[in-house]
Amino acid sequence: MEKPQSDKMDYRFKIANREALIGVGLAIFNFIWWFGFAYGLGSKDPSEYTYVFGLPAWFFYSCVLSFIIISILVIIVVKLFFVEVPFEDDEEFKE
Amino acid sequence: MNWQATIALFGCLAIIFSIGMFASRSLKSSDSFLQDYFLGGRSLGGFVLAMTMTATYGSASSFIGGPGVAYNEGLGWVLLSVTQIATGYFTLTILGKRFAIVSRQYKAVTIVDFLKERYQSKWVVLLSSVSIIIFLFSAMAAQWIGGGRLIQSLTGLSYTTALFIFVITVLLYVTFGGFRAVTLTDAVQGSIMFVGTLILLIAVIIAGGGIPAIMSDLFNENPNLITPFGADGTLTPAYVSSYWVLVGVGVVALPQIAVRAMSYKDSRSLHRALIIGTIVVGLIMLNMHLIGVFARPILPGIEVGDTVMPLIALEVLPQWLAGIVLAAPLAAIMSTVDSLLLLVSSTIVKDVYLNYIKPEAQPRKIQRLSMGITAILGIIVFLLALNPPDLIIWLNLFSIGGLEAAFIWPIIMGIYWKKGNKYGAVTSMVVGIVSYIIFHMLGIEPFGMHQVVTSIALSFIAYVAVSIGTDKRVLKEVT
Repeated sequence: MEKPQSDKMDYRFKIANREALIGVGLAIFNFIWWFGFAYGLGSKDPSEYTYVFGLPAWFFYSCVLSFIIISILVIIVVKLFFVEVPFEDDEEFKE
Repeated sequence: MNWQATIALFGCLAIIFSIGMFASRSLKSSDSFLQDYFLGGRSLGGFVLAMTMTATYGSASSFIGGPGVAYNEGLGWVLLSVTQIATGYFTLTILGKRFAIVSRQYKAVTIVDFLKERYQSKWVVLLSSVSIIIFLFSAMAAQWIGGGRLIQSLTGLSYTTALFIFVITVLLYVTFGGFRAVTLTDAVQGSIMFVGTLILLIAVIIAGGGIPAIMSDLFNENPNLITPFGADGTLTPAYVSSYWVLVGVGVVALPQIAVRAMSYKDSRSLHRALIIGTIVVGLIMLNMHLIGVFARPILPGIEVGDTVMPLIALEVLPQWLAGIVLAAPLAAIMSTVDSLLLLVSSTIVKDVYLNYIKPEAQPRKIQRLSMGITAILGIIVFLLALNPPDLIIWLNLFSIGGLEAAFIWPIIMGIYWKKGNKYGAVTSMVVGIVSYIIFHMLGIEPFGMHQVVTSIALSFIAYVAVSIGTDKRVLKEVT
């Protein structure tokens, strides 16, 4: 079932594992930000809400700003930390 | 009948349709029919990949059902929907490079292929094929209905006629074009969606007199509409958070999404897709649901949620532009439908027929069979959709949750955990699906969260416990 060379950890797998962990990290950060602002600022009585660009502050920070920040983080992470690797195994490069 | 809108809408459909036909020409010249028909020859670039995932994922539930619920629930439902922003980057980083490398080593073309090679078990293959067929069938019916309703409310034709027009268009190009046709048209559709929702959002804000005016209208009608808790305060933090699993990170396990992670050309297209996908999915989800909320003060008193989108577009835009903008949700539905259709037929042809019924079938025969089954499936779904149930969004979320409960651990642990074995995979699929269906039938929502969370937790325990417990037995079988 397994080819002999895949027993030794393929160098590409190490890179892939690290990138998967980065993905998990991003999701956790995103969740905490989203939850914190939504229920931290949104649990007040609606008549006490403050507004940013016309939207309730909780909504602006947890939905709009978090989207912008996550997009920027994804760009930074991909440009700085993601490594390009070949997907084909060398010996079967030509099919 | 709104002639201008109708003509614009069908004009867009015609363009999309001819692209599918054009792509099918390049299909005939290629020699590896299966790889091409179902995977587009693993040659998708970053932009196309991002758009195809967006278009597949953004379905009738997010374009027709979603804004309708947002209209009734207010900003709380937008909060719930933006959990989908995570799908863009999470799916592609988690499946990411390892899945691409491994599926090439296995020469896998479908998710079931991957599971078959990874676990070497007939039961894993049969179980996964059956759950794909059942759950995707219900997902497909939901999309069909959404498409029919949209054409109906825009043109004023009867539901049956509308559905018929929709189905013919979809069937023709999926049947002849296969995956490459689907992904190419997906890229066009994704772009229409992106621009269309942006135009509509701006028009809605202008029609409502600016965001502050809309917010104070909503506040005056019912203060709860601008809280995170929904119109009658029933959206609890636990329930809303559980959507992070259902429509956020759990999406990684949807076969129609995961199969796309097999099809990128190289690392560079993966990286581009990550960035484009996150931004496009995020913007579309945020816009669509905000449109639903903002529509409320402009057009109060809409009773059928599914008609909010078409009605508001006709209200705030000139007719011809409404037609083009509505081509966006229609395009979304179409591309979801065609990917699902293709996936179900590939499951039947490749995973069941070629594996267990007739492995030595001739390529010609496979080709005819693939097209034939795709067409027959489409017709069956059409018949189902003629008498539609009212709950598109329920049907869709039910099938998404079911697929996630079945596939998430066999796929993810299959990639990352060497000890995971077939016994673990089979048990976790059974536990996931059965517990999910039981919770649904009894109407239990454990811990106030969507059922999918508990089912995924249970199937994780099953996978790990059984894999460890049978570790020795598997070693013996191998030697």
